[in-house]
Amino acid sequence: MGVITTRRGFLAGSAGLTLGLMLPLGRGRAQMTVARPFAPNAFIRIGTDDIVTVLIKHIEMGQGPYTGLATLVAEELDADWSQMRAEGAPANDQLYANLAFGLQGTGGSTAMANSFMQMRKAGAACRAMLVAAAAREWGVPAAEISVAAGAVSHAASGHKSGFGALTAAAAKEPVPDDPPVKTADQFVLIGKDRPKLDTVGKTNGTAQFTLDVYRDGMLTVVVAHPPKFGAKVASFDDKAALAVKGVEMVRQIGSGVAVYATNTFAALKGRDALVVKWDDTAAETRSSAQMFDAFAKAAAEGGVTVEEKGDVSVMSGAAKVLEAEYRFPYLAHAPMEPLDAVIEVRGGKAEMWFGSQFPTFDRPTVAAVLGIPVEDVSINVLLAGGSFGRRAQGSAHLASEAAEIAKAAGRDGAFKLVWTREDDVKGGYYRPMTVHRFRAGIDAEGKIIAWENTVANQSIMMGTPLEAMLQGGPDNSSFEGSTGLPYQFGARRIGWARMESPVSVLWWRSVGHTHTAYAVETFLDEVLEAAGKDPVQGRLELLPADALRERGVIEKVAEISGWTGPVRDGKGYGIAWAKSFNTYVAQVVEVENQAGIPKVTRVWCAVDCGIAVNPNIIRAQMEGGIGYALGTVLHSRITLGEGGEVEQSNFDDYPMLRISEMPAVEVAIIASEADPTGVGEPGVPPLGPAMANAWRALSGQIQHYLPIGGAMS
Amino acid sequence: MTTFRVNGRDHDLDIDPDTPLLWVLRDELRLTGTKFGCGIAQCGACTVMLDGMPRRSCVTPISMVEGSEIVTIEAIEGPEADAVRAAWTAIDVPQCGWCQSGQIMSATALLQAIPKPTDGDINDAMAGNVCRCATYVRIRQAIHDAAKTLEG
Repeated sequence: MGVITTRRGFLAGSAGLTLGLMLPLGRGRAQMTVARPFAPNAFIRIGTDDIVTVLIKHIEMGQGPYTGLATLVAEELDADWSQMRAEGAPANDQLYANLAFGLQGTGGSTAMANSFMQMRKAGAACRAMLVAAAAREWGVPAAEISVAAGAVSHAASGHKSGFGALTAAAAKEPVPDDPPVKTADQFVLIGKDRPKLDTVGKTNGTAQFTLDVYRDGMLTVVVAHPPKFGAKVASFDDKAALAVKGVEMVRQIGSGVAVYATNTFAALKGRDALVVKWDDTAAETRSSAQMFDAFAKAAAEGGVTVEEKGDVSVMSGAAKVLEAEYRFPYLAHAPMEPLDAVIEVRGGKAEMWFGSQFPTFDRPTVAAVLGIPVEDVSINVLLAGGSFGRRAQGSAHLASEAAEIAKAAGRDGAFKLVWTREDDVKGGYYRPMTVHRFRAGIDAEGKIIAWENTVANQSIMMGTPLEAMLQGGPDNSSFEGSTGLPYQFGARRIGWARMESPVSVLWWRSVGHTHTAYAVETFLDEVLEAAGKDPVQGRLELLPADALRERGVIEKVAEISGWTGPVRDGKGYGIAWAKSFNTYVAQVVEVENQAGIPKVTRVWCAVDCGIAVNPNIIRAQMEGGIGYALGTVLHSRITLGEGGEVEQSNFDDYPMLRISEMPAVEVAIIASEADPTGVGEPGVPPLGPAMANAWRALSGQIQHYLPIGGAMS
Repeated sequence: MTTFRVNGRDHDLDIDPDTPLLWVLRDELRLTGTKFGCGIAQCGACTVMLDGMPRRSCVTPISMVEGSEIVTIEAIEGPEADAVRAAWTAIDVPQCGWCQSGQIMSATALLQAIPKPTDGDINDAMAGNVCRCATYVRIRQAIHDAAKTLEG
């Protein structure tokens, strides 16, 4: 998805600036209105206590937008970092759209990229109004007033004020149409590390997540979902469930059977006591093994062409042809906070509290289920205990389930929907299982003359409300990263075979790149070896001279890792890189052979994400992305057994990376003046292939089926 | 009726004796800093101090804590806890934050037992605490930093 920052988008947002008192929407002279302290229609609020609160239009699930977007405002406002606060913006498409999507939502590592100019303009407009107010109050020219570290001052007259004392006057000033912003050399906060705004609350138990919300008279609800994807409730017996102390009612809803109780434990006990018969008529009953065979057959047949350059029939003249098939399992996102939502319905209006990642879809879905106008649904977007894509639902299935629970209760009230870890692991919306098929031909000089790659998997977007965004084309997220490669391969053909299944799929931290980077960068490593080339030098030779950012991260990571080749002192070294979400990341992995088991000891990472707004957050996202990817490559797979039921259920059989497995990580950020791009996902793709390349170099073992642990067992 | 002490306050609760301490802390006492992650003692998000030792509250039935003293993330204090919190904040360990209460409880317990832990000690003590954001590099660093602070 491209990033398009429109002027219209900026005006829609910045025109709603709030200084102490609310300013009206629309341009022109601001007017005093009755203060509604939490009425969310703008990005900035300044209290008389000098506290600047930035309403963050992107959900905070660990990737740092609270701090990052507040930094942009503070920079142009010339605020002091200590006076900055961040708060989640509520559901409101008009005010809080993601300018990359044209709708309110977080994903595709777009938060910083789409907000960069918008939030700076918002801060600059606010600063201009404070300055104009000070000029009027002090009777001095605005041009002589300076602002620094939260203080507005006029040197000649000695006047000095904080922001808070100027808010009432500033609210009467016109909102500037297009305030000037700083040039990069004027940045005070951008590019520097500073404490994250959400850290303290996450060290003392005060940070508020969805599960922490308790409303008066609230019932906790758990849902028995069908064990097979696509199955439905045939019948159920709730006698034993209702006999559990604390269970108040049991209702059938679209997704299963809901048990309502006065506390969580009673709800869980009630669900255990429930007897449900399922109708498997439309269910997926194939096992993963059967599905893989079908996917592999389709991949071998070549799919539809999604990218073609030259004529790959030159393959027949190659000195050597290499072939490979890769298999990637379904993956659950497994955010540490399992899915949850609180909904309260009173007098025909609904209020929700949850980690809504796509409010644009969640809000109308709830309205439709409840049969009320969309304006009567409000969503408070809370901190989320991780997501990695899981809460970004085109289907709005979680919001829908919460609304169905409220509706099925048949009365007003508050309800907290809770998914357990088992619900999460077995609940679908997985990274699509995928088969890649490759053929590459090299000539006598070791040059790659033809490259064929067919991807077989389900579409994430087709069949959901997001399909319209494809405008009739194929789902790029299924094969992104196999297409668009800058490598000079001679002829190439990329194919896609769309598979279908009732198993629900969703984007999973770095989406298509989760499998394409692994498949492309490990297969290429084998081809380079067959051609007698060094992994680093071979990649650089394949890149055009003007691929500066690609070359930049590869050369940088080779430099900081002291690259000398794939094996050194009994350790294996592998490199891989990927461009994802317009950010370039290359990684070198060091692996040791511990009694036949790969142990990753160190990772070097070079990242080019344009201007580094907060280097500390960028490093943190690279470290986290590396750990997330390593756990996946080593351990993670969701499989359907005979008959189609998921074989995993919790962290005991769907293991997560542990601290003892985490390598040391060194991150180098490429200096850049390009507009910033995202970092939430791009740290993930290169790790798996870099590790597999290192392990192959060291052990000779080829890992075309993931996870590595699974292939070994 | 179960009688126990949480964060210095006595409680008498008439409650299903099988109820895990986790849900009593959250649903009954509204101490929501202690988190639910797995329910089977596999992730450590629910770690509390039970009579001075780290304990997974999700698998601890309330009947087992009769007469016990429990301390949660909201109230844990003392040199080790203070040093851990300060170190966590100084290098911004948390990302999503969900697991961090449990991480801090386990790290505090580690430093109470071993004032200057090695990397191996950290692996042993912290391997039961999952962080899906994989903030492990910083968790390790923060524990070493806290140990240095305690050394004075």
